[in-house]
Amino acid sequence: MRSEKSNPAPLGLKLAAGAGLAFMHLPILLIFLYAFTTEEKSYQFPPPGLTTQWFAVAWSRPDVWAALTLSVKVASIATAVALVLGTLCAAAVSQTRFFGRETISLLVILPIALPGIITGIALRSAFSMADIPFSFWTIVLGHATFCIVVVYNNAVARFRRISGSLIEASMDLGADGFQTFRYIILPNIGTALLAGGMLAFALSFDEVIVTTFTAGQQSTLPIWMLEELIRPRQRPVTNVVAMVVVMVTFLPILGAYYLTRDGDQIAGAGK
Amino acid sequence: MTIVAESIILPQRRSTAGRLSDFLWRHPHVLLAIFLGPPLLWLGIVYLGSLFALLLQSFFSIDDFSGLVNYEFTLATYRQLLSGANLDIIIRTVTMAAVVTLVSALVAFPIAYYAARYARGKWKALFYLAVMLPLWSSYLVKIYAWKLILAKEGILTWIFQKLNLLWLIDAWLSLPLVGGNSLSVSYTGTFIVFVYVWMPFMILPIQAALERVPASLIEASSDLGGTPSQTFRHVLFPLALPGIVAGSIFTFSLTLGDYIIPQIVGSSRLFIGQAVYAQQGTAGNIPLAAAFTVVPIVIMGAYLWMARRMGAFDAL
Repeated sequence: MRSEKSNPAPLGLKLAAGAGLAFMHLPILLIFLYAFTTEEKSYQFPPPGLTTQWFAVAWSRPDVWAALTLSVKVASIATAVALVLGTLCAAAVSQTRFFGRETISLLVILPIALPGIITGIALRSAFSMADIPFSFWTIVLGHATFCIVVVYNNAVARFRRISGSLIEASMDLGADGFQTFRYIILPNIGTALLAGGMLAFALSFDEVIVTTFTAGQQSTLPIWMLEELIRPRQRPVTNVVAMVVVMVTFLPILGAYYLTRDGDQIAGAGK
Repeated sequence: MTIVAESIILPQRRSTAGRLSDFLWRHPHVLLAIFLGPPLLWLGIVYLGSLFALLLQSFFSIDDFSGLVNYEFTLATYRQLLSGANLDIIIRTVTMAAVVTLVSALVAFPIAYYAARYARGKWKALFYLAVMLPLWSSYLVKIYAWKLILAKEGILTWIFQKLNLLWLIDAWLSLPLVGGNSLSVSYTGTFIVFVYVWMPFMILPIQAALERVPASLIEASSDLGGTPSQTFRHVLFPLALPGIVAGSIFTFSLTLGDYIIPQIVGSSRLFIGQAVYAQQGTAGNIPLAAAFTVVPIVIMGAYLWMARRMGAFDAL
């Protein structure tokens, strides 16, 4: 054990790891710089000047606000649905034994393991076969499908750590199943659910591939951005929105990390 | 007698909730059904059902004249899939996915190795966050960042200009296959963005695998006279391999199915995802689109089966 500390990392390794991390982070930092550029027609570097006026322009844009509100609404409801379904699945898998238990995990992971385009088309054809018009709710259903897995992963990891004797003790002391759930289980899995919910929110807030297939005329924020990427119209506004999106998605990730760091770090195990 | 004993041990609860709770305790199968019912109804029936319905479509064909789907079992769509331009699309996508996976592993390995073996305490947490934040940050924003970087007036050209190395970019772009008019419309650009977006998925599984290698094993190897490169080849790499394979599941699968990156940064030559999108959308050829989606499913199925045999799932 002691020898680990006396061995510093080789220089080559340090450089390679540092370069790798720089490769991961510098492009995102560049977004922050571009949000302040005065150039509006191109992506000129270095920026000819810096300004904060685009924040005001983006703030007063109704289409940005509409997309943002829709994204927040969709992500909130999809997260709520995923929380219920994911927790139920996790409870069943970790608290009981039944035939086909292993298959459930596979089933839950499938919507995220398969390329998004497959999930998207499958849901789209299912909706059109059932004559369900594309609406707010079809987006929510699509998102909930792949959000279940993050809630499930977090909840299963926590359920494993609750000792069965706690639940038995509660029952022995006369609590019924609902009281046990309210006073014993919920406080124990609470932070895991919160972390899972935050990650699900971040996942849904950012999703674009499945959304393009399950959305009708509405555009969520990622759809709005995708259109700007394909046909750039207001580059400075896009720059500002991109920067805001980065900051909005960082918060839940940091929150989820702090909530689960004492336990097995399941929070981010696979998106 | 038995009634008395039962009423002492298990007094009847008064409230409805209490009685319901007792009922569920005595009938665990009902409880299980309540737990599993809603998720299974959605995932097992609606989601899996629509997946199978989609796959089924690939055995139908489209009528060349009317443009309507002909609901008769046929392999004609698959014949179409495996011929000419469509086969090119498949080969192009699989090659890209393989190269992206390989390079992602090369870039990710030093980061994972440093985090697993040298980072301690606060640094370890920092490393973890430094990997998690790019991994989770917005997919579109990441692509957008590269659009800024690869643009002709962008930062990359500027850096090479300052270093008087602009001829290097031009020379690279004049190469066949990887070249093109500018970086943002070449395979090189597509490749860089693919690596950038999917590489973070590789780090955590490799790190998890490396953390399970005891330090004494490395020391034993050098005690027995192994040079660092021998230790790496014969001890470290074989033990890290399940982690690399686990990470490659993500990079490979995500590259296979992506249609947005090659659309935004890349040449006009299609990848599988774009072909699916075009076939189901403008072309309206659902059977061919379905047949195209079968390709990543089959490849990933085979890949997962192999990964499982290598024990990669323990590293997830």
